[in-house]
This record gives sequence, structure tokens and C-alpha cells, in this order.
Amino acid sequence: MSEMKEMIIESASKMFEKYSTKEAVNESEKGVWAGDLWNSLAENGMLTVAVPEELGGSGGDYDDALSILRLAGKYSAPIPLAETYMANWLLAKFDIPVGNDILTVAYEKNMQPFQFNKDGEGFVVTGKAKNVPWARYADKLIVLGETSDGTIFSLLDLKDAQINQGKNMAGEARDEVIFDHVFVNDPVNRFIGRDDFEKTVLYSGALTKSVLMAGALEKILEVTINHTNERNQFGRPLHRFQAIQHHIAHLAGESASAGLAASYAVDSFEKDPFSKEIALAKIRVNEAAGKGNPIAHQVLAAIGFTYEHTLHHSTRRLWSWRDEFGTESEWEEVVTDELLNLDKDGLWSLITGVENYSKEVEVK
Amino acid sequence: MKALQIPVVELPKETDELRREIRQFLKEEIENGSIVPKCDCWLSGFSAEFSKKMGERGWIGMTWPKKYGGGERSSVERYVVTEEMLAAGAPVSGHWIADRQSGPLFLKFGTEDQKQFFLPKIAKGECFFAIGLSEPNAGSDLANIQTRAVKVDNGWVLNGSKIWTSGAHVAHYSIVLCRTSPQDPNNRHAGMSQLIVDLKAPGVTIRPIHLMTGEHHFNEVFFEDVFIPDEMVVGEVGNGWAQGMAELAYERSGPERILSTYPLLNELTNILVENKDRNGLKQVSRLVSRMWTLRNMSLGIAQLLEEGVPSNIIASLVKDMGTKFEQEIAEITRLLVSVVPSTDSESLIEKYLAQSILQSPGFTLRGGTNEILRGIIAKGVIQQ
Repeated sequence: MSEMKEMIIESASKMFEKYSTKEAVNESEKGVWAGDLWNSLAENGMLTVAVPEELGGSGGDYDDALSILRLAGKYSAPIPLAETYMANWLLAKFDIPVGNDILTVAYEKNMQPFQFNKDGEGFVVTGKAKNVPWARYADKLIVLGETSDGTIFSLLDLKDAQINQGKNMAGEARDEVIFDHVFVNDPVNRFIGRDDFEKTVLYSGALTKSVLMAGALEKILEVTINHTNERNQFGRPLHRFQAIQHHIAHLAGESASAGLAASYAVDSFEKDPFSKEIALAKIRVNEAAGKGNPIAHQVLAAIGFTYEHTLHHSTRRLWSWRDEFGTESEWEEVVTDELLNLDKDGLWSLITGVENYSKEVEVK
Repeated sequence: MKALQIPVVELPKETDELRREIRQFLKEEIENGSIVPKCDCWLSGFSAEFSKKMGERGWIGMTWPKKYGGGERSSVERYVVTEEMLAAGAPVSGHWIADRQSGPLFLKFGTEDQKQFFLPKIAKGECFFAIGLSEPNAGSDLANIQTRAVKVDNGWVLNGSKIWTSGAHVAHYSIVLCRTSPQDPNNRHAGMSQLIVDLKAPGVTIRPIHLMTGEHHFNEVFFEDVFIPDEMVVGEVGNGWAQGMAELAYERSGPERILSTYPLLNELTNILVENKDRNGLKQVSRLVSRMWTLRNMSLGIAQLLEEGVPSNIIASLVKDMGTKFEQEIAEITRLLVSVVPSTDSESLIEKYLAQSILQSPGFTLRGGTNEILRGIIAKGVIQQ
């Protein structure tokens, strides 16, 4: 790890430690915006990492940004950091300057594009998006749109929208956003193919979710270990019991697997934003959530099942996040498409990334 | 958690050519009938000729110094060779132990004479070793071994027995862990030494133990007043436990803890692709995701070991998860294809499925049972 990265991680850790507290996470569920946390990340340039400085970003690479995001997952940070990164990276790809706005992205399977009807200098916008993360707090929303000239993505100001509040299993805001014939003067629009937009959001969504989940799985392992150190039964700490040790070993395995799978997905993203590593990682990390959560709850027993304890900050998020941006089953479909094209005995080439024969070098 | 951090490894492009060379070699060997691929080949696939061919190509002792017959290549290159061999189900059991742990043990603790005598022979694929650890009353509780050597002029006299010794009937030597001083109740690990035993020496008796398939891989090895010359002591007298444990760290996270049933997964995939069976391939996708993760963990640990970073906890994790994964391939395969598994079948899927199921109990036992490993993992992460 570079010294720069270590510094970023250290200072981000301090911020999450200070502002993403048990109280802040609980308050957020009751409808209080974690403004201190957001502002502190903004002041330190952590919202625009991996966006070039020319575009108003703080520079750095995806790995830097996603290291911060892993911590956000670990600390159950109740803010749209993943969504803001996704939005900023998309904007930057189109050379659109970014700032410290709170951003979110509308995405669902088979979504209906918003309708943009030309009206003088602006557009009349009509559309509905469900389960938009953190929409009630966000300044702006990225949507897929349709104009008479073609498909676009648009950055819409949310103050013009009607918002119906909703939530996921973790109590994170997942709102319905409705634009009902709203006139928007000169919005930021860019032409983009529908498939390209959907794939960009789906893959960056799966990547950021995998990273958040890797952080949360790290947390539940820590919480579980601490509990088995502190809690005594039959006159000895819980971790002295073999049955408990086996649970810990299993959880450590799931946590380490998810962590490394996410790291490989991050590593691949720079080279290929639609890499198969992202698909494989989301499958593995989702699986780890499904296996890890029950272990943590079993070991913590009744106390971990209460609102008073913080275990649910992580476990409820893991249960929610594994279904966002693709379940195991959905990503298995993607990998299956690739498997169907294999030659006989070709699986090993896919796993190792090395074909049996080197490709002929094209001679011009 | 620091103890669970594993680096992302990018394999150097140069290894791609090495892979293709190995694949071409294996394809020819299979096509001309020299070798018959099978599951669990690193325990049950023996061919002295094949080991010799690997030696000729420089694929045994790859990382060792040239002056001892090695190739001075990187541990990543060695990793590539081992995983390619396992994926193809090649008969590598003959030289497996010598290449993986006996050779490195000599390099670390052996005398100059031992290195000069044994390493070139091993690297040529002409000298095989067997592990001499387990005893009838010392399995998971290895410190309870009773085999003992008593000092005499110019050497030691060995008495006792070892059990579950894979390949002792085809190996030339075994490195035997034994007591060289009486048991100390206050330090169970003290007073043990590692001796090189010539398996043809007078007083050594090897008796087969047939596996439930009827195959012969395991043995019981008896030592009756076997004379071991002083030159055949490895490292320091009394330091055998520590030396033996160092040996184990290298064997827990290798590709052989993930790929024992890979030929079955490959054949399953061939059939499902041929039948355009999307539902079946979705389940294979799940397995591929796990295998991809496990392989990356194993590669990362290989790199940490080369850098000298202690990796006992994550190595144990890989073995625990990897060996369960090897078993699971068979459990999932049988539900996706309708076949009658049999080791005698002409059909590859039927043969590999039978081999995988019948060999599977061993996966989670050998090299330290998974229960023992989970204890190591839990204690390790709790101390962090």
C-alpha cells in the first residue's frame, strides 16, 4: 500500500470514527441527515476522489476512493457516498465538472426512461423512479431519459421533484422520485445508449456495493470476536469453546474471501469497467453475507438481536445490499453467458485468464 | 483485520508462455496414452516415468539454486506448474512431497552434503519422499508420537511405526519425526528430531493399508532397530517439531487444496455447455466465483510466504474452505447430470464423479484436519 493511500485511510477512519457513530446511524434511521459526517468528508475532498482536478475533483484513483468506501461500509455510514462516487465518475467520464453536491442515481431492472419534451430553452420532464437511494437528502439525481433526439442521461435537480419516502431493510432511505410535467431549464444532458447507461450503473453499483459489504463483513467479524472475548459462560470466555471457535473460523473465512474478492473487482475496474471480476465478486460477497450474518447473530445470541446493540447496523445493511445491483442469481446469468461460449476444456483458460494458444500477432 | 489481509497478485505475463508450454506437453502426453488424468492426482496419480519427464523439463525443484539441480525460478512460476498439473489431473504424486516440502526442508535446515546428495536427484524426478508424521496414537495430537531413536556410535537406532504414509511403497526415503529424548510433560514439543530414513534399509517394513476403494496409497511403516547414520539427521537434534511445523505452513494453502476435483468440474462444464444448459451453468458460475476467490487467496499467500510474512492463519483458512469446496463440486455435479458414477466407467464424468466422491473424505483430513485448522484460525484472529 502506498504511503498516500495509508494517509487517506487513516484520516477517513478518524472521520468515520468521529461522525458515523452508533447515535448518528440510529438517528439517520429516524430521519436525521448525517450532515456532520457528509460535511467533514466534503471539506477533506473525499467526495470527489478519482475525478481529475481539472474537473473539480480531488484526483487519485478508483482504489483510493473505494478504500474510503470500504470504511464507510465498515462504519455503516448513513450517507450516499457510493451513489455520489458513481455519479461523479459518470459525470467526469463526460467531462462534466463535479463538486460536493449530494448525488444519487436512479436504477432498477427494466426501468422506464424519464420523458424529456423540448420546450423553448428547456424540457418538460415526466417520469418516476422507485427505490432511489437517499433521494430525500440528495441535491441532484442522475436518470436515464428519452428526448426526441435520442436517449440521454440527465442530472436533475431534486428540489423540483415529488418524493415519497421509503426504506430498505437497514432503514436506509430508498425513496420514490416523481417528476410530473416539471419544466427544467437547461438541464445537464448527455447522449448515451440505453445499454451503455444501464451497464455503467449496474457494474459500478455492484462494485461499490461489494466494497461496502466487504467493509461490513470485516465489522461483523470484529464485533463477533470482541463479544466472544468479553462474554463468559460456564466460567470461561465464549471463545474457549470449540463450537464457538468453529463459528469464528467460518466467519473469518467468509470475511476474508469477501474482502479479497472485492479487492480484485476494484483492481479490474480501472482496466475494464464491465469486468467479469465484478460479477464474480458480487456473487462471492453476496454469498459471504448470507453465510456470515447468521453466524454473527448466532454467536451474539439475544443481545445481537436487539436494537440496542450495533450488530444490526451491519447485518441489516448486508441483507439489503446483497439484493441491490444484482443478486447471486442475476450475476450468475452474466457469468453463464460467458461460459456458454467456452470451447471444450475451456473453463481453465477462463479461470486463469490465459488462452491455450497465444493469439497470432497481426502483421500489418 | 491485519491477519486476514491478502494482497492482489498480478501474474507476470511471462508465465503465460510457461502455461502454454505445459498445456501442450500435457495434451501430447494424454493423446499418446502416456498418462490418464484423474481426480485427486497428487495423492493417487503415480507415474515414475511422468515424474522423470517433469524433471527433464525443469519443473521439479524449480525455485532451488542451480548448483543443487534447481532452476532458480520464482515461486509464482512453480505455482503455475503445480496448478496446471492439478487442473489436468496429471500423475504427480511420485515427486509431490519431495518437491513441495522435503526439498525446501533440506534447503532450510539440511547439511551441505544432504543438499548435494538429495536435491539434484529430487529435481530430476528420480527420488521420492514420504511424510513420516502420523502414528497410530498420534493423529491430530501429533506431539504424542512414540517412535524413538536412541543414540549409538555414529548414528541412531530407530524403533516404532508411522501410519497413513502416502506413497511409502513407491518412495525412496521418508523424513521421520521421532523422539530423541524422553517426553517432557512441561514441554510436549521438546526432544523431537527429523531423521531421513532409507525405506529399503534393513529393519524397515512397509505394509499396505487399502483405501475404501480398494486402492493402495496409504501404508503403515514399521521400524525395527533401523540404523540411521548421523549424516541423516535433518537440522538440529531436538528441533524436529519446529522444523516440521515450518514444513506444514507451505503445504496448507497450495493449489492442491482447491483443485483435487477440478477435472470433474471441467468435464461437467463441457457437458453443460454442449447441452446449452443455462440452469446447470448458473450453478457452475457460483462454483467459479468460489474457485476464483480461493485461487486468489492461495496466490496471495504464496506471495506472502515468499516475502517471509507469517501466513499461518490465512493458509489454514484456504485449506478449510478449499477442501470443502473440492467436496462440494461432486455434490453439485451429481444433481446436474444423470449418470451412474463408477471408477470403472468409460465415461469421463462417471469416472471423475466416482473418484471425487470416494476420495473426498481424505480432502478435509490430510495435512491437519479441518477441525484442528479451525482452532488455529479462531485462536489466531482472537489474538489480533
